Amino acid sequence: MGATVIEKIVRRNTGIADAKAGDIVTVKVDRVMIHDIFIPFVAEKFEEMGFQTLWDPDKVVLIYDHLVPASQIDDTRHFRIGNAFARTYGLKHVHRSDGICHQLMTEAGYVKPGDVVFGTDSHTTTYGCVGAFSSGIGYTEMASILGTGTMWIKVPETIRVRINGKLPPNVTSKDVILTLIGDLGADGATYCALEFSGDTVSQMSVASRMTIANMAIEAGAKCALFTPDEKTADYCGITLTEKETSLVGDEDARCIRELNYRAEDFVPVMACPSQVDKVRPVAQLEGIPIDQVFIGSCTNGRLEDLQMAAAVLKGKKVAPFVKLIVTPASRKIYEEAAADNTLSILAEAGAMITHPGCGLCCGRTGGILTDGERVVATNNRNFLGRMGTPKVEIYLASPAAAAACAVTGKITVPECAG
Amino acid sequence: MEQFTGKVWVLGDDIDTDIIIPTEYLALKSVQEMAPYAFSPLRPKLAGQIKPGDMIVAGKNFGCGSSREQAPEIIKALGIRCVIAKSFARIFFRNAINNGLLLIENERLKDLVQEGDSITVTVNESISYPGGREKIAPLPDNLVEIIQAGGLVRAMRIRNGLEHPKKNGQK
Repeated sequence: MGATVIEKIVRRNTGIADAKAGDIVTVKVDRVMIHDIFIPFVAEKFEEMGFQTLWDPDKVVLIYDHLVPASQIDDTRHFRIGNAFARTYGLKHVHRSDGICHQLMTEAGYVKPGDVVFGTDSHTTTYGCVGAFSSGIGYTEMASILGTGTMWIKVPETIRVRINGKLPPNVTSKDVILTLIGDLGADGATYCALEFSGDTVSQMSVASRMTIANMAIEAGAKCALFTPDEKTADYCGITLTEKETSLVGDEDARCIRELNYRAEDFVPVMACPSQVDKVRPVAQLEGIPIDQVFIGSCTNGRLEDLQMAAAVLKGKKVAPFVKLIVTPASRKIYEEAAADNTLSILAEAGAMITHPGCGLCCGRTGGILTDGERVVATNNRNFLGRMGTPKVEIYLASPAAAAACAVTGKITVPECAG
Repeated sequence: MEQFTGKVWVLGDDIDTDIIIPTEYLALKSVQEMAPYAFSPLRPKLAGQIKPGDMIVAGKNFGCGSSREQAPEIIKALGIRCVIAKSFARIFFRNAINNGLLLIENERLKDLVQEGDSITVTVNESISYPGGREKIAPLPDNLVEIIQAGGLVRAMRIRNGLEHPKKNGQK
């Protein structure tokens, strides 16, 4: 019998030739990511466990993103603890204001196809966009990896998602993943790997695949996986070999579920308050007045997302009383968007452009809302209270839809995704 | 192989982490203070009725919801020897093992026992219940080591020579 992508990655990593879904195995970790929120807890557990040294300082990446720049009195404590930990144990990779952890892990080349990566954040599933097995863990487990370089996993079952055809012009990969989450439900992929294939996926940029992998956790998935191709190799700065291209799900591999989509059937959608799986066509929501629009996050804060918003907003103005907040996912994206005039188009339309980072997505800074207000946002969660008080209504959408709403001041079907 | 006998409490499907410990009690200072409120949204009296050595038998998706590590810690603090469920939610499963709480996946037991029955678990081998015996899939040695050490922090302390495996009276 053939193997799924996750089984192939695990077999290669562990040397167990017949490792299969359901087996519990110990993997060698290729890279870990710790962000500013959890570094104090990781440091405490690491020392309580009695470790003296990191298993490999080169494989540990510490990223400050949720708390940068500090918005609360005690936030900087996390930076002091992180800096001390980095100094004491010789960390080589510390990013203090370069952008969101999940963006940096792939953009800065820390993750390659076939790698096994863990992070102290549920959206660590993102790195599946380049064909890496990556998943979120707690701080206690992270501390033990820092000391041992290994972690036990249960090899996940696979749900195969095939998408073929050409997406309509106003539909993006965000609409694809939201639709899938709506179909699966918020727990529909619990413990599973979501394995994506089909010519629609092949046509997508790595950035678009990243949006899909990022949100896999919103259906409960342990990881999302895309087979590496030329675009992946280009993005990762590697030469594509059989080692990467063989990470494809075999036709006869055992999957617990298969979902087949025709790209032409997708329409622009939004996740309605306050569940990510409460997904509705934008057409059904049209006309609902809004107070704010947020374009950014590790889900949709990349250059193509900002360009998509700029294409909608070019020569137009944000509706009166609507605040449009744009947050590039990284410094590199910020610089690229400045260089190609994307930022000036957005600024001329009335957008407030903020420093790269998690920003408003985790509800700590830069546009917190209050009771009765409504926001259309491009990030990944619309849980109660995520962007302010529990009575804030959050609609999750693509950058194209979000920009269209900013112009009209109400929920609007986008004409085109750039 | 390690063997123990105890009384079972039977719960249904999708016992989520908010049922195990509601968010409003998470700010209490210790797991011991939170323990009386365990399962309170579902069965307010249950935490007071559980005796050390008892076991929980449940349906599918036990522990679904948030990543709070307090959920398995509280079940352990109540003295629950192990949880036997049709399936476990992923993060709960990891947190339980790492906090030294034994979990056993078994599709059938939930429908074969009644609350109050006495069952005997032989770790990694079988479960004997009033009507018969169920085989169980063995956990790999490394997970058993973590559970027997009392959790991941202590397992790492033992690994690093800071504690001796037999302290705490555990093998």
